[in-house]
Amino acid sequence: MASKIHVNTTQEKEKFSLRKPFRYFICIGLCVLALFPFYILIVNSTLTSDTIKTGLHLIPSGNFVTNYKGLIAKTDAVGISLWKSMLNSLLITVPTTVLQVYFAALTAYAVTVYRFRGRNLVWAFIYAIMMIPTQVSIVGFIKVCNLTHLYGSRLALIIPAMAAPTTVYFMKQYMEASFSVEIVEAARIDGASEFYTFNRIAVPLIMPAIATQAIFAFVASWNNLFTPSLILATEREKATMPMYVQALQSNDKQRDFGQIYTGLFISILPIMVAYFVLSKYIVAGVALGGVKE
Amino acid sequence: MNMPVHSLSYKKRSVYQTYPDWGVTKVQKKRKTVEYGKYGYVFLVPFFLVFLVFQFYPLLYTFYISFIQKQVKGHGRTAVVNAVFGFGNYADYVFGDKGGGEVFQSIIITVALWLLNFVPQILLSLLLAGWFTDAFNKLRGEGAYKVIMYMPNIITAATIAVLFYTFFETQGPVTSLLKHIGIVKEETSFLTSGYASMFIIAFIQFWMWYGNTMIVLIAGIMGISPSLYEAAMVDGATPTQQFWLITLPLLKPILQFTLVTSAIGGLQMYDIPQLFNQGGPIVMWGDKAVYSTKTIVMVIKTYIDAGPAQDEGRAAAYSVILFIVTLAISMIFYFATSEKKSKASGM
Repeated sequence: MASKIHVNTTQEKEKFSLRKPFRYFICIGLCVLALFPFYILIVNSTLTSDTIKTGLHLIPSGNFVTNYKGLIAKTDAVGISLWKSMLNSLLITVPTTVLQVYFAALTAYAVTVYRFRGRNLVWAFIYAIMMIPTQVSIVGFIKVCNLTHLYGSRLALIIPAMAAPTTVYFMKQYMEASFSVEIVEAARIDGASEFYTFNRIAVPLIMPAIATQAIFAFVASWNNLFTPSLILATEREKATMPMYVQALQSNDKQRDFGQIYTGLFISILPIMVAYFVLSKYIVAGVALGGVKE
Repeated sequence: MNMPVHSLSYKKRSVYQTYPDWGVTKVQKKRKTVEYGKYGYVFLVPFFLVFLVFQFYPLLYTFYISFIQKQVKGHGRTAVVNAVFGFGNYADYVFGDKGGGEVFQSIIITVALWLLNFVPQILLSLLLAGWFTDAFNKLRGEGAYKVIMYMPNIITAATIAVLFYTFFETQGPVTSLLKHIGIVKEETSFLTSGYASMFIIAFIQFWMWYGNTMIVLIAGIMGISPSLYEAAMVDGATPTQQFWLITLPLLKPILQFTLVTSAIGGLQMYDIPQLFNQGGPIVMWGDKAVYSTKTIVMVIKTYIDAGPAQDEGRAAAYSVILFIVTLAISMIFYFATSEKKSKASGM
């Protein structure tokens, strides 16, 4: 009884303390910190270069279209076209995402549903290679691309996505928790082939996991700079959006701030819109990613 | 010669004779699983084929080529390029003077950039995760805070690096604001200061990642059994005590996971330092000119890029060092935490 009263008094105390307002203050401050750079980016994309140089501005102006036209006119100086680079990114990102989640699901399905010799070994192996970063074997990767004549081709960035151990890991976690093998057995009795069962029965059932992993696969591929800038180094026509951003910055003739901010703004616009549409699923997916045993 | 075969078949037969029913069902069952088990292998083929070609072979090739040193004799058109097998790349460039110590320098810089962002990141994330899961002081709009704080993480790192670069340029909005308020002197130039560049890059990383870490930690705290907190409350534990004595110890596996993934990711840092200041500015450390924010992956890339500096073997040797450091760090964290675990269970 005594302890219960004690709890109530502490609760009572909290009500009148400054603790909660302080926490709100910090949280709102952090939200402002998260959004402010993007706000400045958007405002500056509507200002002239000379205005931007005079300091920090908080009110947008009407120079966006002029900046945009100037940016497009300077495409030759930058070397890459803004919209073309976005299309190029999409041409890599979409097939990458599809292959990555489909084959990750297939691999996770193989390990979850079938009992075969070496199954545990396969799983331990996939778990172990998860931590190996791609950057350490980049010299050999370029060699393979040369040997297979994939150097300079988008396929060199797409095909490797078929072996994504991290995606396999999350798919398997999901399947173990919410996919019952009995369904596969029922399908067998109905005469479905194993491959048909996977495509028509398993894939629809694990769609939530596929969708979550697809979002992260898409974002990772869309934002990737390192590998594309090595594989597509000689192919200016195939340059991706992050490569465009790099070219925009390193180009000395292009020092018009209004135009740079406009280019940066357009480069993040699609992903920002997608984020606010899908934010609920993304935040849930992030939370899922951390809860590992 | 025939003895073992005979004895084996005899043994087998004896088992069947003793338990005839068991034997038959066992054989049938085994046949059935083997039949379907085949598909397990078939379905694994694409993953392992692609893995072998695009990840495993590259790793082996990187190790192999790191032992082949490109040696140029003579100059200009008469130059002869020889490939010499041995420890040349390691002896000359990694540990020797020819590399100017760039491997370990860049690794130290990379680790420093990581520490500068990870320490404040984990502290803030823990604090916020504690606040959002505090039952006594429920904050409204938790979902909105999560969405906004996580947002920088999803935006292209390349764009963010260029954005911050333009902010901190001599005429950039942040620089002019700070000068206007009088926090920094009129002649301040952030981008020519090694320390300022390091801190800004670390800040960008911190700013991009604390939301992610916070969401992971909140999920971890939510996974802790509520009955533990109820019991603690009955015993009169304050929220602060609950945080230190229940939340933190039970969160250890997730903290460890965050630490290892962040450390491994941090070692591969490339996009932000590359696009923020191209690894610069070059500053004098003692009597040596050093790229103040050039990470190890950036160094590796300079020897892969086409040009006079291109040297596959040297890049590979540096990659092997990076691989070893990455492996060592994950091992250290792994053993450090498992040792603590055994100690705790011993108590």
